[in-house]
Amino acid sequence: MRNKRPRSEAAARTCFWPIRLTSKLPDTMVHFTTEEKAAIASLWAKVNVEVVGGESLARLLIVYPWTQRLFDSFGNLYSESAIMGNPKVKAHGRKVLNSFGNAIKHMDDLKGTFEDLSELHCDKLHVDPENFRLLGNMILIVLATHFSKEFTPQMQAAWQKLTNAVANALAHKYH
Amino acid sequence: MLTAEEKSSVTALFGKVKVDEVGGEALGRLLVVYPWTQRFFEHFGDLSTADAVMGNPQVKAHGKKVLESFSEGLKHLDDLKGAFAKLSELHCDKLHVDPENFRLLGNVLVVVLARRFGGEFTPELQASFQKVVTGVANALAHRYH
Repeated sequence: MRNKRPRSEAAARTCFWPIRLTSKLPDTMVHFTTEEKAAIASLWAKVNVEVVGGESLARLLIVYPWTQRLFDSFGNLYSESAIMGNPKVKAHGRKVLNSFGNAIKHMDDLKGTFEDLSELHCDKLHVDPENFRLLGNMILIVLATHFSKEFTPQMQAAWQKLTNAVANALAHKYH
Repeated sequence: MLTAEEKSSVTALFGKVKVDEVGGEALGRLLVVYPWTQRFFEHFGDLSTADAVMGNPQVKAHGKKVLESFSEGLKHLDDLKGAFAKLSELHCDKLHVDPENFRLLGNVLVVVLARRFGGEFTPELQASFQKVVTGVANALAHRYH
């Protein structure tokens, strides 16, 4: 059985972060207003998780090509069309966006919700947390391309806050 | 920095951009999504709500000015540092703007283009534009000391 770290806040704070996040949000519990939660939920209800997830991950791999090194096992990533059509990229993108769906159900405790995934990405996958912020930005861009009317400035602000908070939560257990 | 194909696809898409609208939208969204940036524009009047920001005539005018200078930069993709040297000195010496904000505005511009062009804003175009906005942000930071 995996040896889990204690979940207390005190134990969490003893983890030393050598990686400085460039996000300007303070490291405290993020508070979403009722309006922000409603806006996020209303757009989420229209999202096709497979399409948006796959496209977000594909755009990450295309726009920031060094991220492809994290997916050596995915096969053909040699061109934009190969990446966009790659079934493993689509499947993994869907998985990532499903976890966003989980985040939306637990917006008041993102750190707790992403604790296990944070440990996984640090201890097993060795992913630089900067990549979480980049992927979050890709999700915003894909939402903007698909939902031009709904993606108002307020909607963008709410989703930017969410993606930043998820990125921070995923980085929280790094040491 | 950009291949010949990337330059021509960026120029082609930007040729369809309504500079006065897109500039204002990008600056407005920067002020709404990253509210601390409003501190640079305290003399712009009402920035109290998202609607006030987006409708503010000074925001629109300044956004247009910013995007015009960006358009000018697109004509000098091989020497962005030279093209933005004077603006870089201005933003450092007179305006005291943290260069991180250039990167944020560049990212907001990419989101605005994505929203306006939808599927036409392909991943390839996005990659090219991301290189351009990063290049412009770096050029604007280049003269900082």
